[in-house]
Amino acid sequence: MLRTNRRTFIQGATALGLASTLPRAAFAQPTRGGRLRAAMGHGSTSDSFDPALYSNFYMRAQTFARNNMLTEIAPDQTLRGELAERFEANATADVWRFKIREGVEFHNGKTLTPEDVVASIDYHRVDGSKSAVKSSAESIAEISIDGPWVVMTLHEPNADFAYLISDFHFSIFPSENGKIDFSEGVGTGGYVVESYEPGVRTEFKRFANYWKPDSAYFDEIELLTVADKTARITAIATGQVDIADRIDATTASRVESASGVRLFRTSGPQHFSFAMNVTQDPFTDRNVRLALKYAVNREEMVEKILGGYGSVGNDHPIPSSSPYFNVDLEQHSYDPDRARFHMKEAGLDSISTELHAADAAFTGAVDAATLYSESARAAGIDIKVAREPNDGYWKNIWRNKPWAASFWSGRSTADAMFSLTYASGAPWNETAWNNERFDKILIAARGELDEGKRREMYHEMQKLVHDEGGAVVPMFADYIVGLRDTVATPEVTGNNLDLDGLRFLERWWMA
Amino acid sequence: MNPILILIAKRLGLGLLTLWFVSFGVFFAIEALPGDTAEAILGQSATPETVAALREELHLNQPALLRYWNWQIAVLTGDFGTSLSNGRPVSELIGTRLGNTMFLAGMAALISVPLALCLGLLAALWRNSLFDRLINAVTLTSISMPEFFIGYVLIFAFAIRAGILPPMSAISPTMGLPDRIVFTILPALTLTLVVVAHMMRMTRASLVNLLSLPYVEMARLKGAREMRVILFHVLPNALGPIVTVIALNLAYLITGVVVVEVVFVYPGLGQLLVDSVSSRDLPVVQVSCMIFASAYILLNLTADVIAIVSDPRQLHRT
Repeated sequence: MLRTNRRTFIQGATALGLASTLPRAAFAQPTRGGRLRAAMGHGSTSDSFDPALYSNFYMRAQTFARNNMLTEIAPDQTLRGELAERFEANATADVWRFKIREGVEFHNGKTLTPEDVVASIDYHRVDGSKSAVKSSAESIAEISIDGPWVVMTLHEPNADFAYLISDFHFSIFPSENGKIDFSEGVGTGGYVVESYEPGVRTEFKRFANYWKPDSAYFDEIELLTVADKTARITAIATGQVDIADRIDATTASRVESASGVRLFRTSGPQHFSFAMNVTQDPFTDRNVRLALKYAVNREEMVEKILGGYGSVGNDHPIPSSSPYFNVDLEQHSYDPDRARFHMKEAGLDSISTELHAADAAFTGAVDAATLYSESARAAGIDIKVAREPNDGYWKNIWRNKPWAASFWSGRSTADAMFSLTYASGAPWNETAWNNERFDKILIAARGELDEGKRREMYHEMQKLVHDEGGAVVPMFADYIVGLRDTVATPEVTGNNLDLDGLRFLERWWMA
Repeated sequence: MNPILILIAKRLGLGLLTLWFVSFGVFFAIEALPGDTAEAILGQSATPETVAALREELHLNQPALLRYWNWQIAVLTGDFGTSLSNGRPVSELIGTRLGNTMFLAGMAALISVPLALCLGLLAALWRNSLFDRLINAVTLTSISMPEFFIGYVLIFAFAIRAGILPPMSAISPTMGLPDRIVFTILPALTLTLVVVAHMMRMTRASLVNLLSLPYVEMARLKGAREMRVILFHVLPNALGPIVTVIALNLAYLITGVVVVEVVFVYPGLGQLLVDSVSSRDLPVVQVSCMIFASAYILLNLTADVIAIVSDPRQLHRT
């Protein structure tokens, strides 16, 4: 006779391989329904639905809820097709083909066609485009339609092109006669925008005909912009919202101690740097740069500035989660003797310089600069911390002063990160670095489809930046978010960005 | 023609002139700030080409005077333009925010003005008593504390400790009136604590000022009770300064509450103005400043008219 008690049930369940459904609310099966209220510390009254101008995490979250792109970065950081059912490159990685999914509906009932895709990408390519992704779009020499396929021919080979096209700026909007219409925020995504007040809130309702299975579980979403940190924390502590992002290290413990709230950490590519302009004295001599790299106490910064929510950096922008991370590279650490050695090599007994910082660079930048100044003193280096105003920091201080604090949210591919900041002539080359060998392998690696060769090249690039580059990268910072126990997250969440690659609106559910 | 109407007409005319000066001054003040809307919108993703392209689209490469002139002409025909940052019509953007601000100001005024008048009256009635000293001390303390501090204390007391009110005033246009009131109580209370002191003390001071006059002594000798003396004999004469102070504080409730808006995340006009200045969004800044200037002008005008009408000597002089 079959006696079912708790023990036999669990044994049976385990035997059926259902052991993964252990009683932890966070990893239970997704359920539909509920109204999510999320408060983000981003968003401004100058935001709009115009995809050329998207610039902050709020717009990214909103975009991923209402639109889809051709490809998507999956939670496990691999690339998968979104509106492109399949995608492939030719042997030289300079012709890419995307097969557009059939039967996808926009919120206004129109069916997705390859013409919509072409129009949406072209919007960023046209002459006089003000798009933030203009440089990526301009790498496309030609776009054409071949039946259900969209074919893109690039100027140069790029093995990561499919990653580039997953950028949220390349949202696919409905088009007419080659022109896209984004005025109402109509897309193919899981949620329809019911109302939107820039810098205040967006109200979403689930789109019943969303093509993607196992997605978009909430019935309604209220996405608020709450710039004031205290208001965000109070809102989640009192239960007025279910999610509050941008929790910083100093208040993380306060948030965690509120009842019904837990912290959600993402260790991604976000890092902070102190960028030296290598064309300006005293940073022109690589020995001076190395001396400064050995004069910073990285562990202390992670502990005091990040509250332990982060990890030490090794003076290059590639995070340890990247498949190309160079584990063999010597970790620069706090070593005043080595610093002095390099100063002697440069022919100096002391260095005296200024470091410009403001909290606009990253929270705690001024404190970090002060810590740096203190630890450098033991090596005979005098760093004067110049505290700058927040307003206009990125315009007036960053890249204008020889040494300034800076922040990078990071990129999902090593190529994108290196091309953005370290290639000579790159738009955001904050160190004004110009290294021929680096540029050469950067371009070679971009088109290289052989993983082994690629890895070797990226390892060398990390070494070059580490040894010769002008950026001191002392730490990688985790993103910290507060979640109420009304919200459940999947077991694997994306770490390319905060909040599950900022796709939390479509991937998470009410517990 | 009625001298009062002439006065009002003259004042309105001067008011319009003031508005014009304000719009001119604000325009060139924003122009003088470093950076412009194109750079502000693109932020870190600004490159020389994209900035130039955006500038061209927003007509920012035209000379300043020309842009001001175009804006002037448009406004005179009722077209307030579109926001440079997000392309929405300025009237739509400002409309909801202005409504919210007026609602908050209205609620704060509804609580603070009667409260200040009553307290001022009672303080004048029982002058120099313990009540008087206590009220003065309490209101002076509340006006001396920064608004964000008062706001945080109220949030702590009512939202976190007692849990009866929401800490964030997340009002939306579709919300019903009772909900709106619940969300607006805490910011309104904060503002009340900030403005009551000024109005109450001025009420008390102007009442007490007149109490030493002979006609008051006469009223007392006739046997009138103190309350009647104050309400019917003294108050009408004290109205001038009291109404002026009330008008000043009401104007503050409309124009000066950006800190409270930030603390409570209340979507009002102050916050919009600060954001627009940061992004150098001229059309929005211009119209907001003109609304604020109009608020001051109209409230001052009302106060002056009331003051004149309530004083027969001034009434017959004009």
